[in-house]
Amino acid sequence: MIDILNALTLLGNFLIIPGLTYGSQLALGALGVTLVYGVLRFSNFAHGETMAFGAMITILATWGLQSMGVSIKPLPTALIAIPVGIAVTVLLILVIDKFVYRYHRERKASPVTFLIISIGVMFFLGGLIRFIIGPGDQIFFDGTRFILKAREFREMTGLSEGLSLKMTQTVTIVTALIIVIAMFWFLNHTRTGKSMRAYSDNEDLALLSGIDPNRVVMVTWIIVAALATVGGTLYGLDKSFKPFVYMQLLLPIFASAIVGGVGNPLGAIAGGYVIAFSELILTFAYKKVVLYLGPDNLELDSLVQLLGTNYKIAVSFIILVIVLIIKPTGLFSGKTI
Amino acid sequence: MKKTTLFVASAALLASSLVLAGGHAKSVKLGVVLGFTGPAESLAESMARGAELAMKEVSASKLLLDNATVTHVRADSTCVDASAAAAAAERVISSDKVDAIIGALCSGATISILQNVAMPKGVMLFSPSATSPALSTLEDNNLFFRASPSDARQGQVIAELLKEKGIKSIAMTYTNNDYGKGLADAIQSNYEATGGKVTINTAHEDGKGDYSAEVAALAQAGGDILMVVGYLDQGGKGIIQSSLDAGAFSDFFLPDAMIGESLVKAIGPDLNGSIGTVPGTDSKGAEIYAELAKKDGFNAGPYSPEAYDAAALTLLAMQAANSTDSNDVKAKVFEVANAPGTKILPGELAKGLQILKDGGNIDYVGATAVELIGAGESAGSYREILVKDGKNTTVRYR
Repeated sequence: MIDILNALTLLGNFLIIPGLTYGSQLALGALGVTLVYGVLRFSNFAHGETMAFGAMITILATWGLQSMGVSIKPLPTALIAIPVGIAVTVLLILVIDKFVYRYHRERKASPVTFLIISIGVMFFLGGLIRFIIGPGDQIFFDGTRFILKAREFREMTGLSEGLSLKMTQTVTIVTALIIVIAMFWFLNHTRTGKSMRAYSDNEDLALLSGIDPNRVVMVTWIIVAALATVGGTLYGLDKSFKPFVYMQLLLPIFASAIVGGVGNPLGAIAGGYVIAFSELILTFAYKKVVLYLGPDNLELDSLVQLLGTNYKIAVSFIILVIVLIIKPTGLFSGKTI
Repeated sequence: MKKTTLFVASAALLASSLVLAGGHAKSVKLGVVLGFTGPAESLAESMARGAELAMKEVSASKLLLDNATVTHVRADSTCVDASAAAAAAERVISSDKVDAIIGALCSGATISILQNVAMPKGVMLFSPSATSPALSTLEDNNLFFRASPSDARQGQVIAELLKEKGIKSIAMTYTNNDYGKGLADAIQSNYEATGGKVTINTAHEDGKGDYSAEVAALAQAGGDILMVVGYLDQGGKGIIQSSLDAGAFSDFFLPDAMIGESLVKAIGPDLNGSIGTVPGTDSKGAEIYAELAKKDGFNAGPYSPEAYDAAALTLLAMQAANSTDSNDVKAKVFEVANAPGTKILPGELAKGLQILKDGGNIDYVGATAVELIGAGESAGSYREILVKDGKNTTVRYR
C-alpha cells in the first residue's frame, strides 16, 4: 500500500502537477491563437512575442508596485499588475492592427499574406522587448514560493517521496480555469460574443445582419491581448521571464491549437493539456515508479524512459504530424467559435 | 543570430574608429576575444579587465621591446556560437592587425577560433579559461596555450573530493557542448575508477525556460548529490532552481563554470552546503592580484587571474623573443612561464621585462602560480568551494 502511495506521489510531483501547470499555460496561449484564426482567419505567429510583451509590461508594473511597497502576500504582486500589462498590450495590439493589419484586411488579402505579416510583427515585437527590458533573465516573483514543500510533505505523511506544490503552479491553474470559464460565458451569453461567433461562422451573413466588423475585430484583439498577457505572465512567474523563450513556446502552442482543431476554443484548451502531458509522459523516466510497484527484489539498471528529455520539443512535432495525417480537423472538429 | 549580427556590425564600426585613432609605429596590439554575451557573460568583464590590467602595466613600464605601448581591442566570441567566435577572431586579426589573441572564454569558441582562424593565419591564441580535454591533443602548430588546466585534471580532483566526502553515487547533467561533455566524461571515468556510481549522465540545453522534464529524469535516477556541469547564468541555474522546486535534490556539486556570485545570489539560501571546485591557488600571487584588481576598480572574479597571466605571459614571451611575430613568440612561452629563473609575481612585470632585456631568465608565477605542462596548459591547482551563508567560501586548495 505504502509503495502505491509512494508511486502516486512521485507521479503527482513530477508529472501531474507540472503537466497541469504547463498545460494551462499552453491552453491560454492556444486560446489566443485559435481566436485570431477563428475570427481574423490567419495564423498569428506574433502571439508568442505578444505574450512576452504583456509579461514585460506586467513586470515593469510589478517593479513599480514593489518599489511603492505594495504587496499582496502570500500571492505574487504581479497578479495586481496584470491589468496594467493588459491595458498597454491591448493598446499596442490595436495600434499594430490599425497601422499594419487593417490595410490588408480592407483589401481582403489572403491568409498567407497575413501570416507573413504576423512574422514581421513578431520580429518587431521581439526587438522592442529586448530594447526595453534586455535579453536577460528577469525574476519578478515575490510572495510565498511554496504552498507545500517536498520535505514538509514527507514529514507530514511519512512517505519516502515528497510532493511539492508551488504558489505559482496553483495560481496558474486557478487563473486559467477562471479565464476559460469567463471566455465561454462571454462567447455564449453576451451580444458581443455572439456577434463574434456569427462573424467567424460567415462573414458576409454577419455583415448583412448589421454586425459592425471593425467592432468584432477590435474586441477579438482586446481578448487576444488579454489572454496573451495573462498567459505570458503566468509562464514567466512559474519559470522565469526570458524574452526569447516565448518564441520557443510558439511551436507547442500551435500544436495545441491544431490538435484541438484550429478555431475551436474548447479544442485549444484540450489540446494544451494533450501536448503538455504527452511531452511529459513520453520523456519521463519511470525507474522509481517501477521499483515501487514491481516485486520487492527487483533490480533495475535502465531508467525506463521512452525518449530522452532532449527530444521533448520533438514530441509536439510528432503529435502535430500524426494529427494532420489522421485527423486534420483536430480532435474537436466541426465546432468553431 | 540577429543579435550577433547587430553586435558584430557595431563592434566593427567601433573597431574601425579605433584603427583610425591608433596607427602608432611601435605598438603591440592584443585581441581580447571573450564571451561578452552568452551563458558565461557574467565572467567575461572581470576577465577582460584582468588581461587589460597586465597590458597597462607593461605599457607603463616602457620596457617592452623598443618602448612599445600595448593596446587592445575587444571582440565578442560568444560562448556557444562557433561561427560568431571565428568571425570575431578573423576581424581582430585581419582588420585590427592584432599580434596575438587572449581568448576565448569557452572551449567550443576556442576550438573554433584555433582551427578556423588562428592556425591558418599563424596567430598565437592564449585562452584564460578554455578547459576542454580535447584542446590538449588538438593539432595546434604550438600556437595554442591556456592558463587554465584541462578538465581531465578537474575530473580527477572532483573524483577525489567526492570520495573524501563519502559520496557513493551521483546524478550528473552537463551542458551540451565541448566543455560540458569533456568535463562530464572526465568526472565519470575518474569517479567510477574510485568505485563511485554515476546513476545518470545526461545533457541539457542552455537557454530554455523550463527544466522540469530534465530534473524529473535526474530525480528518478537518484544519487547522493547532483553534479551540475553547466553554466551559472544559464541551464545550470535552471536545473538547480527546478530541482529545488520539485524537492528532487538538495545538495549540488558545482564545477568551475558554476562558481560565481550571480548563482549564489539568484538561488539564495537553498544553495548553502553545496560544494564545488574552481581553478585557484593559495600562492601570494592571488592575493597580490586581488589587490591590484581592486586598485584598478574591478573585482577579481573567476578566471580573471588566469586572464591576467595569459596576457602577461604573451607579452613576456614577446620580450624574450624580441619579436611580435607569433611564430617566434610561441617558442618562448614555456621558457618564461617555467623554472629556472627569477620568480615574477603580479605587479612585477616591469622587473620581468628588464631581466629578459638583460638576457636573464624568469619563472613567471603570476596570479595563479602558473606552471605550463604538456601541450601548453596550466598544471592546475584547484580551490575547493563550499557555499556557506550565501557566499562561495574557500575550504582549501588541492
